[in-house]
Amino acid sequence: MSDDPAPSSPRERRRRELHRVSIIGVLGELLVTAGVLVFLFLGWQLWLNDVLVGGQQNASAAALGHSWTAEVPTVPTVPDAPAAQSVTYGEPVLSTAPAEATKFAIMYIPRFGADYARSIAEGVSTVRVLNKNGIGHYPGTQMPGQVGNFAVAAHRTTYGAPFNSIATLRVGDRIYVQTEKGYYTYVYRNTEYVYPNGVGVKNPVPQSKTVATTDRLLTMTSCNPKLSAAERIVAYSVFDSWQPLSAGAPEDIAALVQKGS
Amino acid sequence: MYGALWHILPGPVWVRILELLVLLLIVLFVLVEWVFPWFNTFVNVNDVTVTP
Repeated sequence: MSDDPAPSSPRERRRRELHRVSIIGVLGELLVTAGVLVFLFLGWQLWLNDVLVGGQQNASAAALGHSWTAEVPTVPTVPDAPAAQSVTYGEPVLSTAPAEATKFAIMYIPRFGADYARSIAEGVSTVRVLNKNGIGHYPGTQMPGQVGNFAVAAHRTTYGAPFNSIATLRVGDRIYVQTEKGYYTYVYRNTEYVYPNGVGVKNPVPQSKTVATTDRLLTMTSCNPKLSAAERIVAYSVFDSWQPLSAGAPEDIAALVQKGS
Repeated sequence: MYGALWHILPGPVWVRILELLVLLLIVLFVLVEWVFPWFNTFVNVNDVTVTP
């Protein structure tokens, strides 16, 4: 595009040169633009969107928890009880599964971070539930505290990645589920890796269709390895205890629940 | 392409730079708000559920 003077019909020559330059130039610019777009997409998918959505999920879970606890006056555990741990609240009170994409519970996992709180919504549709809310409850599986299997799924990477640290769970780690009825404490037991069609992990007794159960399980599924859809990582936890909202939050997460309110 | 854009934009150089920045922000917003989420639905690294 330089103004080099031409001896004969300079205007014609310049126009032809401009034309030739622009075809190759536009092609090159398009390719460079495509490359930049790919990097922008990766940056958005792996980092920016993850950070934005993760923050929103933590905040919305805190707000949801507050909306429950605000209505319930917290009664301190019976003062004349010799040890607080010996207080039991009987059979866990169950909630019923709501409509799809409705939030009904909050999951607290201290192993995933001191401020980790994510809400659980009904359904496991990637677009309608998992991308928006974070954790989704497999329809048809049991509810928190119920005999059987409370099965949930969430992203391990991207969209806030609620189960990003699922592989760091250690035997004995506490996982707390809060609903409008109370707090259900589960204890992490083991991890299993299955293929994407391994639906047996959602059964009341995982991988068995016939055995009756008296156990209360929590099953968490996510993708494995990270950023791949080749397999699923499945973490099992067993029910430990239950307490109503009025009894206050379990000691482990009391500060976190308080902070949300 | 981008050269033509530079010529189309009115004003002195610093105004054109500002205009380019505004255009860039608009493009980035459209990408992040609509294009990337749409494209991401075709990227199946997001499958985390067990299905028959």
